[in-house]
Amino acid sequence: MMRPNPPDAPPLRHLLTTDGLSRPQIVSILDLAESFLPVGERAVKKVPLLRGKTVVNLFFEPSTRTRMTFELAAKRLSADVLNLEVGNSSTRKGETLLDTLQNLEAMQMDMLVVRHAESGAADFFARHAAPHVSVLNAGDGRHAHPTQALLDMFTIRRHKRDFTQLAVAIVGDVAHSRVARSQIHALRILGVPDIRVVAPRTLLPTAIESLGVRVFARLEPALRDCDVVIALRLQRERMQGTQLPSETEYFRHYGLDPARLTLARPDAIVMHPGPINRNVEIASAVADGPQSVILEQVTNGIAVRMAVMALTLGQAPARSGTA
Amino acid sequence: MILWDTPRVHAHIDALASAIAARYAAAAAPPLLIGIHTGGAWLAHALYQRLQDALDLDEPAGSVDVSFYRDDLARSGVPAQARPSQVSTSVDGREIVLVDDVLYTGRTVRAAMNELFDYGRPAAIRLAVLVTRNGRQLPIAPDFPAEMLSLEAGERIKLAGPDPLQLHLLRSPPPVHDATEPA
Repeated sequence: MMRPNPPDAPPLRHLLTTDGLSRPQIVSILDLAESFLPVGERAVKKVPLLRGKTVVNLFFEPSTRTRMTFELAAKRLSADVLNLEVGNSSTRKGETLLDTLQNLEAMQMDMLVVRHAESGAADFFARHAAPHVSVLNAGDGRHAHPTQALLDMFTIRRHKRDFTQLAVAIVGDVAHSRVARSQIHALRILGVPDIRVVAPRTLLPTAIESLGVRVFARLEPALRDCDVVIALRLQRERMQGTQLPSETEYFRHYGLDPARLTLARPDAIVMHPGPINRNVEIASAVADGPQSVILEQVTNGIAVRMAVMALTLGQAPARSGTA
Repeated sequence: MILWDTPRVHAHIDALASAIAARYAAAAAPPLLIGIHTGGAWLAHALYQRLQDALDLDEPAGSVDVSFYRDDLARSGVPAQARPSQVSTSVDGREIVLVDDVLYTGRTVRAAMNELFDYGRPAAIRLAVLVTRNGRQLPIAPDFPAEMLSLEAGERIKLAGPDPLQLHLLRSPPPVHDATEPA
């Protein structure tokens, strides 16, 4: 009677990137997230779905929001959660990634949520993981951050409904942004016809046009009549040398302020994956303003991560002996 | 095949509504009707329409989708078509009439009760179903009169709806794991 996925969507075992997902797969994740959203408003914010499963958050890069919402998502599904921050672990002492993986598997882990500064780290874990283990990419280098992109699609859908009518502007440091890449793939898969990217040339990756976006050098024309504005964090920690003038000058040219926001449609929403640099890429008046859905994104992130965890662990072949 | 046509389904809903009305006629507070998705939710709505005035119901019928509370995740995987449960008001201290179309193994009712307790602490939960059938696996029984049917292995009954409501008899080969088939 109940089907794990729409018939034309193959089951997901890992979630490593939004690139190559099908529209039904994304829609099924967003639909399931919609069912998880009210759980966060109840007296008991928990469902027993993943009772007895063990989820390991393996973070080689610092993270607050992502790690906390993955942890909350797993806990709200009644899974047991281990948080492994690399600063405190044996990888510092020279343990290889493969050794780390095998040790976690020896602890009967069922899911690995991994963040790493190297692009491809999550793929590496997925390739080597035991058959019953699901791997979720919580951000790898400049490559992908699929759950962030999915929670952004979820947030857009709650405000806009029809993706095929939308103009979406992605503003800022696209070059260093795995979030932007994952968003662009997801927006295209969902049929968004007008995706705009705007940044100084030094903060745009080469051949970004090949992803099917329109590139703007100036912010004002990129904002005109758009339905969704996504500001990206200026990732100073990943920059070398002279990619950028001063932050003040960046804000003067590319900062999202109330005056510029009036160029977008009056009902446009403003998003940011966080953490925000106030008055660098976004003015406080916009970040805290009526069109901002930045904190909604955080709340939605829990429901979307619950959906991804439930779908991937729900698909994984049961460990022998527990079927 | 159609086991009960629409007039017959509605006659049974009328009878169920009368029994619930009689039970709560003198109660201090009206009950909260909550249907189990999907058939039970249609029934709860139909009962609400019949009882709204008689019992001075303060809340429309709610619904629970027990997908996240089922005991067979390892076997069936996660349903992507789960609907959000709608329990709009506090269940603390309330009498709940939990409504489903068919009482079979009892596992679905158990899952629904587990979910309701995550919304608060109801004063009581009563069970109203249209039909009970053989195959109970848990100590669960309806609190209001229900039609009792005896089915062969591989037969299932299911409320079709929401408009018109009909009770269907489905025949399928016996499932491999019939022990936990929820109903």
